[in-house]
Amino acid sequence: MEAADAASLAVHTQDLAKRYGKTVALSGLTMSVRRAEVFGFLGPNGAGKTTAVKLLVGLALPTAGQGWVLGAPIGDLQTRRRLGYLPELFRYQGWMTAREVLGLHCKLSGMARSEWTKEIDLALDMVGLADRADDKVEGFSKGMQQRLGLGVALLGRPELVLLDEPTSALDPVGRHDVREIIRQLKARGTAVFLNSHLLTEVEQICDRLAVVDHGRVIATGTMSQILGQDGAVRVRVTGLPAGSRAALGEFGTLEAEGEWLTFRGLNPDRVPQLVSEIVRQGGRVYAVEPRHETLEDRFLQLLKEQEQ
Amino acid sequence: MTQVLTIARLTILEASRRKLLLALGILTIVVIVLTSWGFSRLPTMNNVTPAEVRLAASQLTILMAFMFSGVLALGSTLVAAPSIASDIESGIALAILPRPIRRSQLLMGKWLGLALLVTLYAAGSGLLELLGIWLGTNYLPPNPVASIAFVAAEGIILMTLALLLSTRLAPMTGGVIALVLFFVAWIGGIALAIGITFDNETIKNIGIGSRLLIPTDGLWHGAIFYLEPSEVLAAARIAGRARAGNPFFADAPLPGIYLAWVVGWLVAIVGLANWSFAKRDL
Repeated sequence: MEAADAASLAVHTQDLAKRYGKTVALSGLTMSVRRAEVFGFLGPNGAGKTTAVKLLVGLALPTAGQGWVLGAPIGDLQTRRRLGYLPELFRYQGWMTAREVLGLHCKLSGMARSEWTKEIDLALDMVGLADRADDKVEGFSKGMQQRLGLGVALLGRPELVLLDEPTSALDPVGRHDVREIIRQLKARGTAVFLNSHLLTEVEQICDRLAVVDHGRVIATGTMSQILGQDGAVRVRVTGLPAGSRAALGEFGTLEAEGEWLTFRGLNPDRVPQLVSEIVRQGGRVYAVEPRHETLEDRFLQLLKEQEQ
Repeated sequence: MTQVLTIARLTILEASRRKLLLALGILTIVVIVLTSWGFSRLPTMNNVTPAEVRLAASQLTILMAFMFSGVLALGSTLVAAPSIASDIESGIALAILPRPIRRSQLLMGKWLGLALLVTLYAAGSGLLELLGIWLGTNYLPPNPVASIAFVAAEGIILMTLALLLSTRLAPMTGGVIALVLFFVAWIGGIALAIGITFDNETIKNIGIGSRLLIPTDGLWHGAIFYLEPSEVLAAARIAGRARAGNPFFADAPLPGIYLAWVVGWLVAIVGLANWSFAKRDL
């Protein structure tokens, strides 16, 4: 992809690689994040997720490959004005108040002074820290620091927000709040790059996602594409004569588990035909339901396939 | 430049909010009040002549300058060694550097803030101490401003070295290395004086090498020279070899070429620190 094409995307990387000495942290990462979408970035520990984010925001230098963020090569100084970033492990100056921390980041991002108050108040409101604005950060719990970090990432209405484990220190209420914030960001046209271990969280809010393992994307697409919901159907059957199952193989890949038969790759239009065939062979059908695979199931399956 | 000034202001603000300036200020004033009282006792001693008071005051002034330069060296090392390293370890740098700020701007902002603190402390403590000495003994060294400038420069040199180490090493490691080098340079200065006095090339070259590699002791001798009245210089020259190795004596001002070397050293170390920080993965 040329740089001009990358301009239409929030993030695009081509064979991006990072090596720390002999350790390969990222090997040939190729992916795209569209504008105004919520993109989930999943992977086991050590898969290279945080390294990828650090490369995108210029905290680490790639050893090979190319990357563009908001149309500019990664590390571009001016583009950082349009970025918001919440690191995974971070701390703010404990001797400053939350409002001062936000003020410092307004200043560093080159925001006009006249906008500071409005932007700071907006960020504090969004992350639920308005009543602690003038308290020193050193007195904040980890969850409150994470909320403040999120507030810092939202300053200046960025076009792309990169969140590295944004809810790791939050309670369920905090996690719900973060999901709402991400939805608000999407509604106003901000692309969100969400690096998270919490699969249910990703499942709930991401438009598309990529699964990485050993520094490489092993699956990417929309949630339904990743989950492989391409006509998997579960049927509860009794009384099916032994040997007749082979004849059902034409409807899709068959997996049997007790009374439940799962047909993968089945066109939904053929479900009535399948039921008729089972009945014709002497089976009694009690239930027919589409199979919903969870992201966790699929995630573990992808990693297993990768190992094999 | 705006980003550099923002970080410089932040550095000074941190020193203030963490009560470093307050603690240092209170302790320094206590020391100055006590030593000024001590100096004021010199003219009241039995059978002491004004010339003897002047001589004693000049030597004690050099010792006071040594104490303040030591405080400055230790203090600037302790503050500079963690400045970058701690920000990286704690994650503060991770939050700041994705903003539109170059790493060089962050580093130079820290350097500028620390250099201002060092200069402020050297000027403030030096001028107040000399005022106290003058009030107590009516003695003023020949060129107090030049002397204070050299003490400040010594602090800035050590601070810059600690800042360079801070871009790669843990705060404790960088601080210890900077302090060891500072004291090695001090001993190197004594070796140089002995080498010159006894005309021993090897010892002299070791001293010159240490003075070039770590210019803190060279600058300390620059400070001493401007604190010595002419009669002290004359008496020391008569003493000949007896003065060899005295770390509190300088018989000549620093040559211009050495000052140029120090400026070049400073620029090179600042450049190296910027390069080292720019190449580091965070």
